[in-house]
Amino acid sequence: MNVPTEYFVALSAVLFGLGAVGVIVRRSAILVFLSIELMLNAANLAIVAYARQWSATGGIHALEGQGAVFIVLAVAAAEVAVGLGILVAIFRYRVTTDVDQLSEVRA
Amino acid sequence: MTETALSAANVVVLAPFVALLGAVVNGLFGRGIREPVTGLIASSTVAAGFVLTVVSFFAYPGGGDGVRFVLARFLRAGDLSVDLGFIVDQLSLVMALVITGVGLLIHVYSIGYMKGDAGHARYFSQLNLFVAAMLVLVLADSFPLMFVGWEGVGVCSFLLIGFWYQQRENADAARKAFIVNRIGDVGFLLAMFLTFQVFGSLDVKTVTQAAPAVAYGSAALVGIGLLFLLAAAGKSAQLPLQLWLPDAMAGPTPVSALIHAATMVTAGVYLIARTGPVFAQAPAAAATVAWIGVLTALVAAIAAFAQTDIKRILAYSTISQVGFMIAAVGAGAYWAGIFHVVTHAFFKAQLFLGAGSVIHALGGEQDVRRMGGLGKRMRVTGTTALIATLAIAGVPLLSGFFSKDAILHGTLTSPLLQDATGQLLFALLLVTAVLTAAYMFRWYYLVFAGEERLTAEAKAGVHESPAVMTVPLVVLAVGSVLAGYLGIQAFLGRNLIAEWLAPVTASPDFEHLSVGAEWALIVASALAALGGLAAGYWLYAVDKGRTVKRLDATPLAPLARSGMGFDAAAQAVLVRPGEGVAQGLAVLDRDVLDQGLVAAGGGVGLLGKVATLWQTGYVRLYALAMLAGAVVIAAVALLAGGLR
Repeated sequence: MNVPTEYFVALSAVLFGLGAVGVIVRRSAILVFLSIELMLNAANLAIVAYARQWSATGGIHALEGQGAVFIVLAVAAAEVAVGLGILVAIFRYRVTTDVDQLSEVRA
Repeated sequence: MTETALSAANVVVLAPFVALLGAVVNGLFGRGIREPVTGLIASSTVAAGFVLTVVSFFAYPGGGDGVRFVLARFLRAGDLSVDLGFIVDQLSLVMALVITGVGLLIHVYSIGYMKGDAGHARYFSQLNLFVAAMLVLVLADSFPLMFVGWEGVGVCSFLLIGFWYQQRENADAARKAFIVNRIGDVGFLLAMFLTFQVFGSLDVKTVTQAAPAVAYGSAALVGIGLLFLLAAAGKSAQLPLQLWLPDAMAGPTPVSALIHAATMVTAGVYLIARTGPVFAQAPAAAATVAWIGVLTALVAAIAAFAQTDIKRILAYSTISQVGFMIAAVGAGAYWAGIFHVVTHAFFKAQLFLGAGSVIHALGGEQDVRRMGGLGKRMRVTGTTALIATLAIAGVPLLSGFFSKDAILHGTLTSPLLQDATGQLLFALLLVTAVLTAAYMFRWYYLVFAGEERLTAEAKAGVHESPAVMTVPLVVLAVGSVLAGYLGIQAFLGRNLIAEWLAPVTASPDFEHLSVGAEWALIVASALAALGGLAAGYWLYAVDKGRTVKRLDATPLAPLARSGMGFDAAAQAVLVRPGEGVAQGLAVLDRDVLDQGLVAAGGGVGLLGKVATLWQTGYVRLYALAMLAGAVVIAAVALLAGGLR
């Protein structure tokens, strides 16, 4: 069974859109985080989909796309570690993770 | 031409550096040196300078070329070549002798006068610096180096007039002296430019030796002469730049003696005598010089009558006497001008130091109306002051008589002046000589003779000054008597100073008078002196000031008191318009420039405020903005033809 690349890309776009909307509408910092992860993985899905297409046509870029995904995964993992640490610190200090209330630095 | 070897004849060029060394030692390390030592250091450097000058004086080979000493190359550009070089000749030796000799006595006197002043190290440092600058001025072999000394003298006089700068009026007087001197300095600079254009050189000897070859009375020479006159008027306090000298009495009294009597004010006389060959070729400039000198002498002599400050009387007397010198050099009698510099240095230094001795004894009192009768209480000061008073008045056989007679003789017989002009100037100078004797009698009588008008507290403290102050007074008084015999009129004996200076100064052909006319002149100047003294005696001692009181009611009195209104004129013509311009500029600055800058700053601030409206602090809004931005960039990229 050979799923066309367009399907993967469409799914990726939908996931990215869901993630973007989530970042904008959600007020809980945890859920904003989850939405960002969703966007990252939407991008990863698109990348592996293209990489699969390149390898099917015998192109030489197949492994490069997959390598990029691993870099994104690694960076995302690191970002989660740091981001969750910040969130814990904010929660201890503010007893909330509502991003709308984190607005001290406005002019 | 260039001579770099140091020999006995030019060893005097070390004198400024020795004095400079003293200034540096006292200036940098004076804080750690105890009181009499600073004065001893300063005095010994000037004494060393005097010894060096004497050595050079006796070793001088004669002739008109002078002995050069080039220290370093200074400026080489195109045709211009200026070295850091000194020239020793008859004229600079005479000046150096006066500067170091009289300067030494004043330094020694200062040890006593400045005793207990916290700033003694600063004082002696500046005094030495002044001597060094003055020596550079007279020894320089080029106009630029002379200008260095010229400016140095100006700076030192600024520093010393404002020595007690904590009092506002002293600092004001110092600034006034400096600013008025700057006007003269501009004349010196312009004269240098013109000199270089005409002669292609700034070397003093080259210029003076080339001057006779330039066309007689040419406009360029007259221009140079008038600009040098402006320079000389600034330094020598001649009309209309005499304003600074009376105020310059704000400095310590020995400073007045050194700067404003014996040396600095003679710089202008020296300059004109030095550039004499230029003036000898430009009779129009020479006549202007003579007129300025005579008018200054007359105006200052009148003003001297109305002064009540013991030092201001002497200040106007200095202006007047320097007017005599300037008249002499204007008339081409260069030796007579320098001769009067020498004799004046003795008796004026004595008068100032005597005044200082009186001020010292009275605890700072300077008003002659609260003095009188001090001759009995201060024998040495009183006697020496009497000798100097008689000398400056021109009493026969004292020094002032000979030098003043030489000047009168010079103006009458000058080949540079029209006959009628010469006679008119002669008459004016004779009148001034009468006035000089009269106001000097007034000075002496009000201070040293007559009834005592001292305040009770001054009366308790009156004392003769210590030996360190009286010895210089005695030496100067002796000089005031003897210096005149250097320049006896040629028909009576040898005129040593004229013979000595002849090779280096221009000597126009003076008319020769018959022996009878010479005697008539001598009798006239003797009568002027004695008549002036007699008039003074009648006015102040016999008449007890009744006539003077009547004169006080006339409009002349306030005019004379204010120095003949020149200060008011300068105020109206120069200061007020200057203030007006300054105020206009202040309005421009405050209301246009500053307001504009403030408005510009406000505008930028407003832009910033608008920009900060975006900074709401809502993270979700930022995220939306980023998304929108990314979409816009992607859209643009797509529409512009893809991301290739």
